[in-house]
Amino acid sequence: MKIGVPAEIFPGEARVALTPDSAQHLKKLGHEAFVQSGAGLKAGISDAAYADAGVTVLPDARALFEAVDIVAKVRPPVEAEVDMLRAGQTLISFFWPAQNEALMERAKSRGATVIAMDMVPRISRAQKMDALSSMANIAGYRAVIEAGNNFGRFFTGQVTAAGKIPPAKVLVVGAGVAGLAAIGTSVSLGAITYAFDVRPEVAEQIESMGAEFVFLDFEDQTQDGAATGGYAAPSSPEFREKQLAKFRELAPEMDIVITTALIPGRDAPKLWLKDMVAAMKPGSVVVDLAAEKGGNCDLTVMDEKVVSENGVTVIGYTDFPSRMAAQASALYATNIRHMMTDLTPEKDGVVVHDMEDDVIRGATVVHQGEITFPPPPPKVKAIAAAKPKDKPKELTPEEKRAAEAAAFRKQTIFQVGVLAVGAALMGLIGLYAPDAFMSHFIVFALACFVGFQVIWNVSHSLHTPLMAVTNAISGIVILGALLQVGSGSWLVVILAAVSILIATINIVGGFLVTRRMLAMFQKS
Amino acid sequence: MTYGLVSAAYIAAAVLFILSLGGLSGQESAKRAVWYGIVGMAAAVGATVFGPGVGHFAVIAVMIAIGAAVGAYVARKVEMTEMPQLVAALHSFVGLAAVFIGLNAQIELNHVLALREAGGDMETLAGFAQKLAHKSPVEISILKVEVFLGIFIGAVTFTGSVVAFGKLAGKIDGKPAKLPGGHAINALALIAAIALGYLYFTGAGIWTLLVMTLIAGFIGWHLIMGIGGADMPVVVSMLNSYSGWAAAAIGFTLGNDLLIVTGALVGSSGAILSYIMCRAMNRSFISVILGGFGGSGGPAMEISGEMIAIDADGVAMALNDADSVIIVPGYGMAVAQAQQSVSELTRRLRARGKNVRFAIHPVAGRLPGHMNVLLAEAKVPYDIVLEMDEINDDFPETDVVIVIGSNDIVNPAAQEDPNSPIAGMPVLEVWKAKQVFVSKRGQGTGYSGIENPLFYKENTRMFYGDAKKSLDELLTRVD
Repeated sequence: MKIGVPAEIFPGEARVALTPDSAQHLKKLGHEAFVQSGAGLKAGISDAAYADAGVTVLPDARALFEAVDIVAKVRPPVEAEVDMLRAGQTLISFFWPAQNEALMERAKSRGATVIAMDMVPRISRAQKMDALSSMANIAGYRAVIEAGNNFGRFFTGQVTAAGKIPPAKVLVVGAGVAGLAAIGTSVSLGAITYAFDVRPEVAEQIESMGAEFVFLDFEDQTQDGAATGGYAAPSSPEFREKQLAKFRELAPEMDIVITTALIPGRDAPKLWLKDMVAAMKPGSVVVDLAAEKGGNCDLTVMDEKVVSENGVTVIGYTDFPSRMAAQASALYATNIRHMMTDLTPEKDGVVVHDMEDDVIRGATVVHQGEITFPPPPPKVKAIAAAKPKDKPKELTPEEKRAAEAAAFRKQTIFQVGVLAVGAALMGLIGLYAPDAFMSHFIVFALACFVGFQVIWNVSHSLHTPLMAVTNAISGIVILGALLQVGSGSWLVVILAAVSILIATINIVGGFLVTRRMLAMFQKS
Repeated sequence: MTYGLVSAAYIAAAVLFILSLGGLSGQESAKRAVWYGIVGMAAAVGATVFGPGVGHFAVIAVMIAIGAAVGAYVARKVEMTEMPQLVAALHSFVGLAAVFIGLNAQIELNHVLALREAGGDMETLAGFAQKLAHKSPVEISILKVEVFLGIFIGAVTFTGSVVAFGKLAGKIDGKPAKLPGGHAINALALIAAIALGYLYFTGAGIWTLLVMTLIAGFIGWHLIMGIGGADMPVVVSMLNSYSGWAAAAIGFTLGNDLLIVTGALVGSSGAILSYIMCRAMNRSFISVILGGFGGSGGPAMEISGEMIAIDADGVAMALNDADSVIIVPGYGMAVAQAQQSVSELTRRLRARGKNVRFAIHPVAGRLPGHMNVLLAEAKVPYDIVLEMDEINDDFPETDVVIVIGSNDIVNPAAQEDPNSPIAGMPVLEVWKAKQVFVSKRGQGTGYSGIENPLFYKENTRMFYGDAKKSLDELLTRVD
């Protein structure tokens, strides 16, 4: 199949859906890649670089749309682009089908197939083509960088000859993909990072990234992210109040606030209100990653940077991924490439549009003259339902002590019982057995005891050497044969001689093979 | 050498043996520990040979020389994948030696008793016979019990180990096989052996011992024939234990404390290993030895989904993207001799800064600790080879898990399906990782015949083919 990538026409968009690297991978799948001249320039990829990777460079979009079977791009198509599609042609791009019904109708009337990258279901198998996540990751990183750009101080604390510099304090609201990326970046720059999310199960992820989870003491409302496919859902008014109170308390301390709270299909919740901005120190920065959906901050103006009365910069850019065009293009092109891998199961350049496949079905919004949006729920749940946490019952110190005492008593009774039975048994044997036997028996019992104590400490990984070494020392039966070989009876001598032979094989073989094995164990 | 010196040497040997086993608690101390064992054995043998009452030095010298040469040859030549067979073969030697020594004791006893009857001169007797000559009638009947036990355990160990060797070496079909009548036959044989023992105690002569040896040999053969390949770790450790008890019984017969101590050490070592293996399979020792899986209380859980195959490209891509990788080797890796390829893969992934570790289930392979030895042979550093308990919590944070030739030890049914035959068995929770690749020859179930829901999981991909070939193919693609 021929896959072509036109230049993005959205103003300011610098990303491109194909890189020379992804083109090479597409070639391995049996596809042929085309690109519109100049499509990669803003992402730092020249036409020559494409040509070197075996991509055919076509002069304009019209020629490209005519030449190829599959058109891949980043931004949703404009009407003019949709009109260039022909029947049977496939378009892969961000599409936002819920907001773009007219565009969907138009694509349907052209008879084209549309795969919306933003509709890839959030299941493990589809992670590699989850362009929303890869773009959010970039946005999160860039948000911290933008904040740093507008923040007049260091992130990390230092003690210098010229004085002590306190570390910056960063609050990240919403620990989705973008939030986590922002946390990671901020932590690695050395800032003290706090993070908040309505889903308590992400606390662990936040802490694993090195940030502190802002804990909200609220009883009933624990959102289960699993029910909503890993996204947050709107919260109750009481919860919201509690949350805002917490933010109000934090606002004066925070130098940088990065808000990433989005609820699918709704306007962004207002979480950073005017009074919170007013409470912040002059020179602080708020980066609002939800600006496109109205913003989490009251002061946010979409696509602009504004400065509040008290000198707090509020950034409402929506094109963070595009600001890192090279990186964003590389990741997006890889997402597209993975989508093509799933569409080309045989790697023979033949696209099989398998509507039974959860991922392909979910992402396809127009197919064979039908609108196939919204898709049915995927067969597999994205995330296993969070199990209700059963809190271990807190024991009072008295109860604990009582339990310990009971366990101790039980153990004592058991041990004393075993000892008593053992002693009785010994006594019984002692009554009847002769002295010589008893002295040997004591040795035997003690040796068993020592053996049990010693063997428990043997490391699991050395069980095979243990077997080999016990094998070798069980060759000690050679002593018996040695004691008998001096006999006058020829039969005894022969049997003893054979025993000596095989016991020696055992001893020598066992020890040498153990040595060989142990010599192999090496530390890295 | 006087009797006192010999005793001193024996005490030294016993202490050295205990230190030798104790030293196996860590990889580094183990290298020293094996020397303790060697020195201890040299002291014990030396003291015995040059001690009182030993003759026929020429025979001893020749036999030890031949035995040492054979032992050294075998130890040098054996492949690490053949360790289970070697261990089993060595067990059989101890068993056989115990049988011979026991018979010898009886022959000498008869000899001494005959002499005493005839009123001959007891002072002409040498060595072991001399010791026998001083025994009272009670001591002689105890001696008979010991001889009987020594021979019985020895014979069971001998044939059992031979069968285990055959199964492990692939010379005998690994499937459980029993004569019609199953364990009833074993029970009958045991009763017959005890009956013969009674006759023997009442003075029926040496033929009872010989017949009993044959019957015990049959029990050992039939018992191990009825146990399947995957239960071999338990069988081998059990035989290890038996060989120890046989040595201890011989020690009682001969009144030799060092034999008793060493036998008891080996016996308890084998017993503990068997216990650890059984616990790792959540089965009782009896159920393993009697063969077959315990009764399951209902139909197995329905498995939905399908097995999805993947090729080397896909696996390589996932590995290239992964930060943390855990490899779970099983018997399949040993069969395919894939450990070198696994090691090479590990080396390359680690060179790229990825966190690669190994997760070893206690019963992976056919011998306790088998996988550790194979990986060590392939120069995988032991500090990245972890036990189940150490690594089981890390799976959720792992990007890629590669399962190589193992099945039951990664079966989630053990936790999820109370009706599964392996319900409750501790397993490696590989399915919690982000992605699981299973290298496997075909779609069949493992030894136990239990369906593995892991293969049907959303995040599992099947990487079909011989483990070594698959890995070599993978190596060409991982850069």
